[in-house]
Amino acid sequence: MTSLPEGRQPLLAVEHLTMRFGGLVAISDLSFLVYRREITALIGPNGAGKTTVFNCLTGFYRPSAGRLAMHVNGQILLLERIDGLSIARQAGVARTFQNIRLFAGMTVLENLVVAQHNVLMRASLFSMAGLLGLPRYRSAERAAIERARHWLDEFGLTERADWAAGALPYGAQRRLEIARALCTGPALLCLDEPAAGLNPRESAELNELLLAIRAKEGITILLIEHDMSVVMGISDHIIVLDYGRKIADGTPAEVRADPNVIRAYLGEDEAGTLSEEEVFTDLGIPRAPC
Amino acid sequence: MTAASGLAVEGPAPERSAPEWVAYLKDAVLAALVAVLLGLPLIGLQTYDIGGGALGIRTHFDWVAITAAAVFAGRLALRLPQRLRHRRERSRETAFARLAAWARRRMLPITLAGIAFAVALPFLPFSSRYLIDLGTTVLIYVMLGWGLNVVVGLAGLLDLGYVAFYAVGAYTFALLARDLGFTFWEALPFSGLVAASFGVILGFPVLRLRGDYLAIVTLGFGEIMRIVLLNWSPVTGGPNGISDIPRPSFLGLPFARSAPEGVTTFHQFFGLEFSPDQRVIFIYFVILTLALLTNLFTLRLRRLPIGRAWEALREDEVACRTLGINPTNVKLSAFGIGAMLGGLAGCFFATRQGFISPESFAFTESATILAIVVLGGMGSQMGVVLAAILLVTLPEFGRAFAEFRMLIFGAAMVAIMVWRPRGLLEHREPSLRLGARPSST
Repeated sequence: MTSLPEGRQPLLAVEHLTMRFGGLVAISDLSFLVYRREITALIGPNGAGKTTVFNCLTGFYRPSAGRLAMHVNGQILLLERIDGLSIARQAGVARTFQNIRLFAGMTVLENLVVAQHNVLMRASLFSMAGLLGLPRYRSAERAAIERARHWLDEFGLTERADWAAGALPYGAQRRLEIARALCTGPALLCLDEPAAGLNPRESAELNELLLAIRAKEGITILLIEHDMSVVMGISDHIIVLDYGRKIADGTPAEVRADPNVIRAYLGEDEAGTLSEEEVFTDLGIPRAPC
Repeated sequence: MTAASGLAVEGPAPERSAPEWVAYLKDAVLAALVAVLLGLPLIGLQTYDIGGGALGIRTHFDWVAITAAAVFAGRLALRLPQRLRHRRERSRETAFARLAAWARRRMLPITLAGIAFAVALPFLPFSSRYLIDLGTTVLIYVMLGWGLNVVVGLAGLLDLGYVAFYAVGAYTFALLARDLGFTFWEALPFSGLVAASFGVILGFPVLRLRGDYLAIVTLGFGEIMRIVLLNWSPVTGGPNGISDIPRPSFLGLPFARSAPEGVTTFHQFFGLEFSPDQRVIFIYFVILTLALLTNLFTLRLRRLPIGRAWEALREDEVACRTLGINPTNVKLSAFGIGAMLGGLAGCFFATRQGFISPESFAFTESATILAIVVLGGMGSQMGVVLAAILLVTLPEFGRAFAEFRMLIFGAAMVAIMVWRPRGLLEHREPSLRLGARPSST
């Protein structure tokens, strides 16, 4: 927290978030900030509660305690008070899933147009204008296709626009899911392990893509990731969870040097006997120059 | 030399096929055993009246033996030329697939030819009153199939009680006509509206259900509707139903031999000789128009955001929610529109029959409509037409075989499911295309 640059504006403030399932405390008293136009990574060992944080953010779970304050148009929207649909519509939080959830039987283009459902539904006057084929609806549909096309170009999927989404190769399905989330015009994009199952070349491409999205569209990204090449390569800010608690919070360099993080990943005993260098080599984390 | 080479050629063959032979025999014996077990009570024992209300039992164990032998031989014959059979099956399968692919490419000309044929049907030389009646029945099922396709094919909500909406539409018209003197054309929109509201009412309690659970609840809803109609005698007439439902008129011109003072009949107005066929043909055209409108309507909806949302809901409800699509609205609209189309078909059914009773709205109707949608290929408009023609006309052709017609019907269904397990014409046309083909860029 010490080396944060000046002028960062928080987009999302998670304050004292606690999530209990019966007697199990999945997240306890978690607080962190997600800054505008930054890429924030949420990392931690399996079962640390990362996906639970996402599920609280997107309305799948109602937090047991705590506040999720999203800054939207100069106002503060409390995500824990509104339902999942309003989170997507009003707060502009879009997400992808650890196990890809595409509309497999529909084409790539249709997947992206479905994501713009609410805009199109209003333009079609709840199907009335659409049924009559009024110009008002037709121009809205053209705009939706243009927007989809923009993301298809960006993600290198234009060639396969008319393919069934389920027929795409795995890496392309991952990209399509991100493109679909972006088609909703989100303020905050939550990616749940976007690099899972990608080969090194694909995950390097993904890095470029995420950086480009952030640079061009000014979208804030919050991601969960195990692939350290992605996390360390593109994150501005990393939050480390272990057993539902935050154990570190800072820049990649700070987190990498944090003894708590090393302990969480390797266990108490080994931490004393291994150097930081060895730990990260074991974890497959490239040492970026810092 | 020759003998040796002959041996050499023959030698390995039986060795390799010996275990297969044993397996075939075992399989055939097992099948015969099942036949014996099933046949013993079903074929082997026959009860007959020995007088005084008592029953005697005749045994026919020879028949059981014949059945078992036939099953044994048949099973063996099925398995024996396995390789040959496989090849034939595959070629048949590709033949079907090729046919389907051909139909897909020529969708527009085939559709136009089909519509032209449907329009011309009453005037063709071989046409008869029976044929037009059959055509009308087929078209009712086509319309119902297209309506149910919205719920099952597009939105992926398995509805086993669709006949309830058909009944609501029919009874709405019958009651409006009996108590308020509505004509067919006046009642038609009300039938659709009332059925649609029933669709939404059913939709609410089943919002959280999917798959098997939804199927059971909708099945129950269909039965509740039938039982209410059966028992609410003061309103619905109970098992006696409602009769004297008015026939449709042609722009106010009734189809009748003679009309009361001041009313011109259809044949008088056009200076034609009166013929009862005129009404039959007119009714045929009414349902043809309704069915085609249904098709246009659903095809159009499919290309609208609402149609895509239905399909998205079928594919993944969780993903829908994260995109801000409200599954409640999407489901209710699918139920409502599907029910509305069923209600319109029901209104037509009532005016065509002139008499309705709860008997016409039994579960078998729901099953038939669902079978049409599934056999045709989920979501395929053309498939529904094909399946409706098949399912309605097959039992008719089978009349010559009297009691075997249901057997033939069942066998045909099994055959379709073996060769086209995903429906006759399973193909999904994208609701929109980017236009830019990879080859052209």
